[in-house]
Amino acid sequence: MNFQFKNFESIKTIMPVLSFYNLKKENTLVVLNSNLLFCLTFLKNHIGYQYKLLSCISGVDFLFKKYRFAVIYDLLSLTYNSRLRLKIFVNEITLVPSSVSVFINANWWEREIWDLFGIYFDKHPDLRRILTDYGFEGYPLRKDFPLSGYIEVKYDENKKRIVTESIELSQEFRTFNFKTPW
Amino acid sequence: MILKKKELHNELKNFTINFGPQHPAAHGVLRLILELDGEIVKKADPHIGLLHRGTEKLIEHKTYLQALPYFDRLDYVSMMAQEHTYSMAVEKLANIKIPRRAQIIRVLFAEITRILNHLLAVGCHALDVGAMTPFMWGFEEREKLMEFYERVSGARMHAAYIRPGGVSIDIPLGFLDDLYQFISQFSLRLDEIEEMLTNNRIWKERLVDIGIVSGKKAIDWGFSGVMLRGSGLPWDLRKTQPYEIYSELNFSIPVGNNGDCFDRYLIRIEEMRQSLKIINQCLNKICSGPVKIANNKVTAPSRLEMKNSMEAVIHHFKFYTEGVVVPFGETYTSTEAPKGEFGVFLISNNTEKPFRCKIKAPGFGHLQSLNEMSKGHMIADVVTIIGTQDIVFGEVDR
Repeated sequence: MNFQFKNFESIKTIMPVLSFYNLKKENTLVVLNSNLLFCLTFLKNHIGYQYKLLSCISGVDFLFKKYRFAVIYDLLSLTYNSRLRLKIFVNEITLVPSSVSVFINANWWEREIWDLFGIYFDKHPDLRRILTDYGFEGYPLRKDFPLSGYIEVKYDENKKRIVTESIELSQEFRTFNFKTPW
Repeated sequence: MILKKKELHNELKNFTINFGPQHPAAHGVLRLILELDGEIVKKADPHIGLLHRGTEKLIEHKTYLQALPYFDRLDYVSMMAQEHTYSMAVEKLANIKIPRRAQIIRVLFAEITRILNHLLAVGCHALDVGAMTPFMWGFEEREKLMEFYERVSGARMHAAYIRPGGVSIDIPLGFLDDLYQFISQFSLRLDEIEEMLTNNRIWKERLVDIGIVSGKKAIDWGFSGVMLRGSGLPWDLRKTQPYEIYSELNFSIPVGNNGDCFDRYLIRIEEMRQSLKIINQCLNKICSGPVKIANNKVTAPSRLEMKNSMEAVIHHFKFYTEGVVVPFGETYTSTEAPKGEFGVFLISNNTEKPFRCKIKAPGFGHLQSLNEMSKGHMIADVVTIIGTQDIVFGEVDR
């Protein structure tokens, strides 16, 4: 009994989906932030879908959009050998419900998104920074965060310890973003 | 001083120690905060990110070709497997079908990489547990395999050989003969390693029934690769979602029974044997032909063409300065890397740079289960569990 999204209308009747599209043979569902946990639980436990394995959660920053961030859940169903992508669109102040209660391995993936994008996950059991340094400030994967960052860490010979200073480059990092001349 | 009875605290506190970040058994820069009750681990809190280099951010500022070498440097013991995933993702977005010879060369190197990785995984695992010799023997074989890398790309590790549109250059003359020589002797080397370990009493005492993961738990934790197969789930992307020429190849996927560290060790050994089988079949299947697609908008023209055609010179210049323009699209492409499912979530926006490139590293998913896997075990078993998860910090920290 594998539905496999042959009939999108049938999902729409049983699950609150905003839109559905199939790009490069990959299925994507867009859902509302408030319906996220319901949809994840549904897709995980419904006998016809059984997306029991959460591959990863990724964040994307579309700067200057109304809903700036996308949080993307990649699900895998071992029973039916199919993948599904679930998308929600949020902005800086939205509380995204934490999916740790549904998928326990969402824990670190959400911590990573909190660390790199600053998207807050509501009711997450342990929302600490994960990849950046202790005491790091800012969200480095946001599009408005400069590639070289704001601080540099180095050893100070006089103080005999590691110090953090604001970054000083003899030459700025250059992005050649002009339209191609040819 | 008289002590009143109510002031006497009669409670035991768990002992908290810091394991790493500089510890030979931590496989790099893992910092673990271990909460111990005697020698029993009560809680393990991994602190990662000490090798964070911001790969995903850097890739957003590079062209598609310039982003490729970063993938070698993620999991620096299975280099080409990751280039392969990235190249496949770019090809999917740009609608490229690569020639058959390139596909076979890719599979050859994917399997060489698998052997490279598993030799290190088993060797270092044995070293962590206390056996020095298999490590040395494994590294001798790794050296030979890295020579194969060197012969096609000039680099022993960070090859940047598999590129969008095929592979960078054709394999040199006599390469396949030497590869055949290697695989014909390698199964003996595997036998030697197995002789040292498989029935070794110490090795078994340290591995059997350590870090048991049930099949359900393995799915809950989002495991992939050897970690999933060790728990009895026959899931291998090379079989279930075949890419390149894997659907034509005849090989089997070993599956464990108990889901403990010893099963995963046996699976790694067996996977190396299966890789030999695959390489052998590829050597028979390999055909002549181009190793990259002819479209010079996606791959660089050959040196010979450039000597004779102005058009080729222009394409060469444009390819290396401007890069490849990939149309709008998004894809999550994953392959069976030696450590598990390595995925690349790539969003392109019709420019020469990726808009977003999320790297799904298998080690990141596995490491977060360390707390649960090591709970109730001795502190020395934590080392065994880190070894069996085959953690490499290049990919965990990105």
